[in-house]
Amino acid sequence: MEDETKSPLDDLTRRAFLATTVAASAVPLVAQGTAPAHTVACTLTVNQVPHQLKLDPRLTLLDLLRERLGLTGTKKGCDHGQCGACTVIVNGERINSCLALAVSHDGEAITTIEGLANGDALHPVQEAFLTHDGFQCGFCTPGQICSAVSVLKEARRGMPSAVTADLAATGPITLTKAEVRERMSGNLCRCGAYTNIVAAIMASTGGDIA
Amino acid sequence: MRPFVYKKVTTVEGAVNSIRGDARFLGGGTNLVDLMKTGTEQPSELVDISRVPLMNIEEQRNGGLRIGATVRNSALANHPVVRQRYPVLAQALLSGASPQIRNMATVGGNLLQRTRCYYFYDPSYVECNKRTPGSGCAALQGQNRMHVILGGSESCIATHPSDMAVAMMALDAVVRVQSASGEHAIPLMKFYRLPGTTPHIETELKRDEMIVGIDLPPVVGRHSHYLKVRDRNSYAFALVSVAAVMDVEAGNKIREARIALGGVAPRPWRIPEAEKALAGQTADEAAFKNAADILLKDAKGQRHNGFKVELARRSIVRALTIASTPRGGQ
Repeated sequence: MEDETKSPLDDLTRRAFLATTVAASAVPLVAQGTAPAHTVACTLTVNQVPHQLKLDPRLTLLDLLRERLGLTGTKKGCDHGQCGACTVIVNGERINSCLALAVSHDGEAITTIEGLANGDALHPVQEAFLTHDGFQCGFCTPGQICSAVSVLKEARRGMPSAVTADLAATGPITLTKAEVRERMSGNLCRCGAYTNIVAAIMASTGGDIA
Repeated sequence: MRPFVYKKVTTVEGAVNSIRGDARFLGGGTNLVDLMKTGTEQPSELVDISRVPLMNIEEQRNGGLRIGATVRNSALANHPVVRQRYPVLAQALLSGASPQIRNMATVGGNLLQRTRCYYFYDPSYVECNKRTPGSGCAALQGQNRMHVILGGSESCIATHPSDMAVAMMALDAVVRVQSASGEHAIPLMKFYRLPGTTPHIETELKRDEMIVGIDLPPVVGRHSHYLKVRDRNSYAFALVSVAAVMDVEAGNKIREARIALGGVAPRPWRIPEAEKALAGQTADEAAFKNAADILLKDAKGQRHNGFKVELARRSIVRALTIASTPRGGQ
């Protein structure tokens, strides 16, 4: 029997509730009361789903993901490329989506935190963050995980870092803690969960990361 | 952000024929888009050259390297020839920004990035001769810990933020430039202007010209090192950086040396007299200190950064010491 004292809001998820209340004020920051000079027809494939869009050239990739496509996993921290909360993977490379104009990525393939899991099966790096408690408040976590997935691939491809001892040597790089810290320096964590973030990534280095 | 017209081009010809008025070329956008958000930059048109096929890195017959303007910073740092023959450049690139930004930023855009002076970045400060010519300089009497000790003027004391350009300056890089009327080359040594009374004009590049590439001549010596000193160990701008490239003969004699400084001046700082003083000398601390004295002879601290003069002196000696060891800092 239906509970008559139940509020209609009880059936709403937190995310849906926020979406309804924020919608009215969710004017993309680019607009600020001024009309775009023109719009640009683009196709961006996000998490393997193609989206045909007409875009204000001012829209950042971050605002497109969050405000237009409802993919709020990617976070807006500083909005100036200094914190890494907005990190997504574009054509296989991690970038700061806050500094990218969406129109500039027409025709490209974007992977966000929502695209890493396979259905209910989490990506191994997501599992490792859970196992090693690689977060506290969780706000920076989507960016940390997108970055971490890229760190593993970059090391496998043999990309050096500022702490790689022998730049001339080719072949895969062995990820030490020092390597992981250097390679993750573009992702800040205000809670200071770095020790466990590094542990989660170190635990992921042995696995077969897709 | 002010509305702007967006045009994506896929050829150099398309790019140089599209640029007009206050239009700007868009590369990786890591600096320009950020400055447009704050209102520091307000172009009415962007010509997106980020997909123009200038992404090759080619070895030249003379032993040098030709680098396309839209090569990403991470791709250049990872290139086998750069890692083996120009390690000072790979070190400089890998010490700059973050992996995400290096994946976005182009080589041409890196040369043209603008200062991170807080007062330039924040239009709520009215005084900034670089942003608004004739408005004054808020940094002269403000917070100037990150600012210049060399090459500044009463109009501007902002530093150039690039690491890559410092290494390229020591490597005698040449910037290849194209406009609708043709292509020409500008040595990096002559590419950047000092602020004087016109700090808003930063380079010799004209509004309708586009960087299409950078040429590196063959390296002068196998000994090199890029030393970057900063407030935190990663993802921070340099307080002082030193790119040292040396040719050291048997018997520890210096045949040739190149030294460029970052974080201390409006452009990567290089003084040929300091390099001439090292040629023919034994590679030891006395010779390195002498070179440092020549490089810093006009250095003068601002209110908050007097420490940079001594920091630069010691950093030069340390970079040359590491570079002159048999493995050359590698």
